[in-house]
Amino acid sequence: MQILRRMIARLAATAVTLVGVAVIVFVVIRVVPGNPIAMMLPPGATDADIQRLQELYGLDKSIPEQFLIWAGGVLQGDFGTSISLRQPVSELVLGRLPATLELSVMALVIAVALGGAMALTATLYRGTRVEGAIDVTGGMALSVPDFLWGLVLILLFGVLWPLFHISGRVSPSLGFEFQSNFYLWESFVRLRFDVWADIVAHMFMPALALAIPLAAIISQLLKQSLKETMHLDYVTLARTKGYSETSIITREALPNAILPTLTLVGVQFTFLIGGTVIVERLFSYEGLGNMAIDAVINRDLPLIQGIVILFALIFTVVNLVVDMTYAALNPRLRHA
Amino acid sequence: MSFLSIQDLTVRLRGKTPILRRVSIDVAAGEVRALVGESGAGKSMIGKSVLGTLPQALGITGGRIILDGEDLEQLSPRARRQRIGAKVALIPQDPLTALNPSRRVGPQITNRLVDILGWSRKAAEARALELLNEVHIPDPARVMRAYPHELSGGMRQRILIASAFAAEPKLIIADEPTTALDVTVQKQILRLIAEMQQRHGTALLFVTHDLGVVSKVCQTMSVLYSGMVVEDTKVRDFFASPGHPYSAALLVATPKYTDPDGSLTPVPEAVIRAVEEEVAAFDRRQEGAA
Repeated sequence: MQILRRMIARLAATAVTLVGVAVIVFVVIRVVPGNPIAMMLPPGATDADIQRLQELYGLDKSIPEQFLIWAGGVLQGDFGTSISLRQPVSELVLGRLPATLELSVMALVIAVALGGAMALTATLYRGTRVEGAIDVTGGMALSVPDFLWGLVLILLFGVLWPLFHISGRVSPSLGFEFQSNFYLWESFVRLRFDVWADIVAHMFMPALALAIPLAAIISQLLKQSLKETMHLDYVTLARTKGYSETSIITREALPNAILPTLTLVGVQFTFLIGGTVIVERLFSYEGLGNMAIDAVINRDLPLIQGIVILFALIFTVVNLVVDMTYAALNPRLRHA
Repeated sequence: MSFLSIQDLTVRLRGKTPILRRVSIDVAAGEVRALVGESGAGKSMIGKSVLGTLPQALGITGGRIILDGEDLEQLSPRARRQRIGAKVALIPQDPLTALNPSRRVGPQITNRLVDILGWSRKAAEARALELLNEVHIPDPARVMRAYPHELSGGMRQRILIASAFAAEPKLIIADEPTTALDVTVQKQILRLIAEMQQRHGTALLFVTHDLGVVSKVCQTMSVLYSGMVVEDTKVRDFFASPGHPYSAALLVATPKYTDPDGSLTPVPEAVIRAVEEEVAAFDRRQEGAA
């Protein structure tokens, strides 16, 4: 019951957040210089032409008026029509969302696997050179931003030693007809592992670029809390029972040490989704981020609004999921 | 042949500062021995040396620990762990921190039986229920499913005692098991440990600074000062006529329940100086030998 009540409260808070985001974005992209009409018309268009187009897109009205019209549409599921692509925003955005979700989740999986392995190894060999080496590696991984890792990876595994594809999402030469936009998932479910491998070869480098800094953060924080946990009495007691060091770390220490890391992963995952904007551009990956950059360049107001609202929605959902996982893992919170 | 025989055990901080100075202690099967001394005397370190849970900065630099006829330091780390897991158990000092907060109580009692000693889960659970009954926990089936934070300190210490006796160890090391509890609970827990020890016939190494506890529970005792055993005696003899001036002073310094208003007598400075001189003389002999 309590969980249900808390979820309803969270959903209400989510709605408020989304409205706030909508207002801010709506106003900001209208007051900054640059306007979509100017981008569409050829040089030398007359004032009458400009006037006509502005009326067509409703840009001649005041901002509050425009907002009310737009919000009224949103409530009915209509996010408007993209100015540059001339298609419904919801269609465009939902079409691209799966690509970005697949990329982010893959990056998250890589980051957790990599960071977790580093933290566990460093804890097992704490106080030795192995721990030192892992700390140095983590520091380096963290001090370079994701898009630079993207460039490094392109250079290493795209140019010098071409193991992976450096652009796009799937090789068109495979001629595979997708029925959904979840390419990775669909090819797997339809047991086309050749297509699946091709998609992974496309996604791996952008996902890794996004994952490296996050892996370093996970590694450092998890190692720190693992090392603190290793001194606690219940860990010592488990040691006297005859458990090996490895099972003490994974069975006794990890379930308790993982909580702060989990919160951080939630927060960092939202940053990671933000990171997809540049990394997708870098790898010409057809996701939301890439579309967002085009939308901004073209001053495609409805499309920018749609993408930002969707990002905001993803952020709040991720935070909600993290909070719920936290409660599930920590019995002390469940009853509190 | 004693079950546990610690011979000339020397533990040093980073290989230098001595923490234990050639400590020799024997515990026969079924014997209840007290380790007494002020804080910092190294009494807990003896238990930790046996269990293999010394802090990283401390290391055994000399002596032997013979458990059930085997020299522990000669065993591989894995074999050492398994011997300790099967034959020795610990009743820890602070029941509030000695149970894993994210696990139910039941598995924390049965895990050694199932994972280390290869019992079936069912047999281990039956055993845990039986033990929880023995330590007078009402509704043990419910407690098995509870999380530690749902139970009081006294309850948790009972659970830890049950857990210690679960695998019928030959030796239990109780590291100040009542210090973290409040006074009324202390008495019950003490009585419970004595009762369980008698029922199971387990040898007990009882680390404490409370001579009252010693007189109630223990048969033999070792008095430590600065990591050195200054007296090794029967408890009865100790209270009748302590053999070492430091022991005698310690006995005088203990507050009496019969005389609650009596002023506290500190250990006289002359005694401290004498025993410090003994320690220094010991260190000189060690250096001379090296």
